[in-house]
Amino acid sequence: MSTYSASKAVAIPQSVEEGAAFAGRPLSLPASFLANGAAVFASVAWIGFGLSCLWWVDLADWPRTHALAIAAFVIAGGILVATLSAPWLGRFGPALQQRAPWLLALGLFLTVWEVATAKLAWLPLPFFPPPQAIIEVYTDDLPKLLDSVFASIKLQLGGYAIGAAVGFLTGVSIGWSRGVGYWVHPVLRFIGPLPATAWLPFAFFTFPSSWSASTFLIALATGFPVTVLTWSGVASVNNAYYDVARTLGAKPWFLVLKVAIPAALPHVFVGLFMGLGSSFAVLVVAEMIGVKAGLGWYLQWAQGWAAYSNMYAALIVMSLLCSGAITLLFRTRDRLLVWQKGVVKW
Amino acid sequence: MVALAVAGPITYPAVGASLDVEHVSHAFDIDGSVLPVLDDVNFSAKPGEFVALLGPSGCGKSTLLRLVAGLEPPRSGVLREDGDPVTGPFPSRVVVFQDPTLFPWRTVWKNVALGLEAQGILKTQRQRVDDAIDLVGLSQFRNAYPHQLSGGMAQRVALARALVNDPRILILDEPLGKLDSLTRITMQAELVALWQRKGFTTLLVTHDVEEALFLANRVIVFSDRPARIKADIAVDRPYPRHRGDPRLAELRRNILGLLGLDATW
Repeated sequence: MSTYSASKAVAIPQSVEEGAAFAGRPLSLPASFLANGAAVFASVAWIGFGLSCLWWVDLADWPRTHALAIAAFVIAGGILVATLSAPWLGRFGPALQQRAPWLLALGLFLTVWEVATAKLAWLPLPFFPPPQAIIEVYTDDLPKLLDSVFASIKLQLGGYAIGAAVGFLTGVSIGWSRGVGYWVHPVLRFIGPLPATAWLPFAFFTFPSSWSASTFLIALATGFPVTVLTWSGVASVNNAYYDVARTLGAKPWFLVLKVAIPAALPHVFVGLFMGLGSSFAVLVVAEMIGVKAGLGWYLQWAQGWAAYSNMYAALIVMSLLCSGAITLLFRTRDRLLVWQKGVVKW
Repeated sequence: MVALAVAGPITYPAVGASLDVEHVSHAFDIDGSVLPVLDDVNFSAKPGEFVALLGPSGCGKSTLLRLVAGLEPPRSGVLREDGDPVTGPFPSRVVVFQDPTLFPWRTVWKNVALGLEAQGILKTQRQRVDDAIDLVGLSQFRNAYPHQLSGGMAQRVALARALVNDPRILILDEPLGKLDSLTRITMQAELVALWQRKGFTTLLVTHDVEEALFLANRVIVFSDRPARIKADIAVDRPYPRHRGDPRLAELRRNILGLLGLDATW
C-alpha cells in the first residue's frame, strides 16, 4: 500500500526552473521546455509508441492498429500542449508534471509491448496479444464485458454488504457481552479460518441458486475478518472512556453506540479492508465455477476459447474495479476517521 | 478567569451537596490474595467545601474517589450524598481524571456535550455546552479534535465536560498532575475561581502539598496503603491565597512531617 503514497505526496521542486513553474509564473518557451523535461520525453515516448505501430507490418490481422497509432499521437500532443500551458491550467499543471515520469514509463512500456508482440513476436502469439488486440476487445465485445462487470458488481456488493453487516454485529456482540462470546467464540474459531472457497461444494447444492450460494460464500469471506477485528476493536477500548461516560450518566446502550463502536472503528476498517481482499478471491472462483455471469466467468470463457486478448482485457477491468473498491473504502474511512492522525494513504 | 477570584470571607452557595464517608473499607483481589486499600475511612465534607485528599502515591486515594463517584461499591461502609447512599454513578458527582480521557473521535464541543447527550437533554440545552466551553476559555477551539490540543487545553476541556452537568460534587483525581508547572499554576487559580463562582463541593486528590494548601479549605492526610486518615487539617486562610504565605508554609511543614518527609524540609 505504501508504494502508492508517492503519487499523493506533494512534489518538491527539483530546481530553480521547476520551482518557478510551481509558483505559476509563465516561463519563456525554451525555459519551460527545460523545466518540463520528463513531460517532453513522455510526449516523445508516446510518439515512439505511435510510430512503432506503423513502422512494421502487423504479424496478424488486427484492425485497430492504425486507430491505436493515431490515439498515441493524440496523447503525445495532449501531453505536450498541456505541459507548455501548465501555468494557465491551475492545479492540473503541477499534477501533470508530477505524473510525467509515469507517462514516460507507460509510453516506453507500450512501445516495447507493441514491438515484442505484434511486430517481431518475441513473445509467443496468441498467448501475448498486442495492445491493439485488447483495444479491439473493448470496442467490439463491450456489451458482453459490461454485462459481466455489472453481474460481478451486483454479486460482490450484495455478499460484501451482508458479510460486513453480520460480521460487524457479531464482532460488537462478542466484544461487548461475555455470554455471547462464550457461545460464538468457539464457533468462530472452528469455522472462521476455513477458506470460504472450501464451502463451495456445500454451498452449491444447499442453496436454491448459484447466485445465492455465491452471495453466501462472499459474505462468509468478508464476515470472518470483519468479526474478528471489530471484536478486537471493541475489546481493546480503554476502560477510562467507559468510566468517563458512566459518571456523566451514560446508560449501557450509550456505552455501546457512542463509546465502544466509535472507538473500535479504526479496527473495523482494517477488517473491512481484509474482508474486501478475500471476498474478491471468492467472487472470482464462484463465478468461474458456479455462476454463469460476471468477470470470473468471462475470464473462464475467454480462456476456454483461447481468446487471450479478451482474458487480458477482463483482467485489466477487474483490477480497476478491485482497486476502485478499495479506494472507495479508504475514502469512506478517511471521512469517518478524520480524528485520527497519520492514516495509511491509498 | 483569574480575576474572578474574590477576596474576603468564604461563603458556601447552596449548589454543593454534603458528602459523608462512613466507615468505608475497600480491598482488591489480586491473584487470589486480598490487597486492602482503604481502612475504615471516615470524614464529611460540608456543602460547597473544598477538601483535598493528600497522601503518598498509590495509597488508595484514587480508589476512594472511584467509590465517591459510584464507579465501584465499597467492600464495607457507606458513602452519602446529601444523606442519600451512593449506589452508582450519577451526573451530580462528576470526575475529572488525571488523564483528560477526551474521546479522540469527538470534537471539543461534542466532548463537552457528552454528559447532556448521555442524559438525553442535549437537544434542548445546547447553550449549556457553549457556556461551559466559554467558561474554560476555549470557545475558539470548539471544533478542534483532541489531538490538536495541548495538555493544558485538553484538561480544560475535561473540566468543561464535567462542569456542563452542573455537578453538586466535583471529584478531581490529580487533574493537574501531568501538566507543566506554569500551566499548573494558572489552572490552580482558575480552579479556585470556578469553585468560588459555582459553589460545588470539591474533592481533590493530589500528592502535591502546595497545591492542596493553595486550593482547599481542608486537607485530609492519608497514611500509606491501606489508607487511613492521619490528620484533618483546616486551612484557615482566605482566597485568593499567596504561595508565600507564612501560615501556608507552616502548615506545609506540619503535613510533610505527617508524611515522614520533614527531614527534607
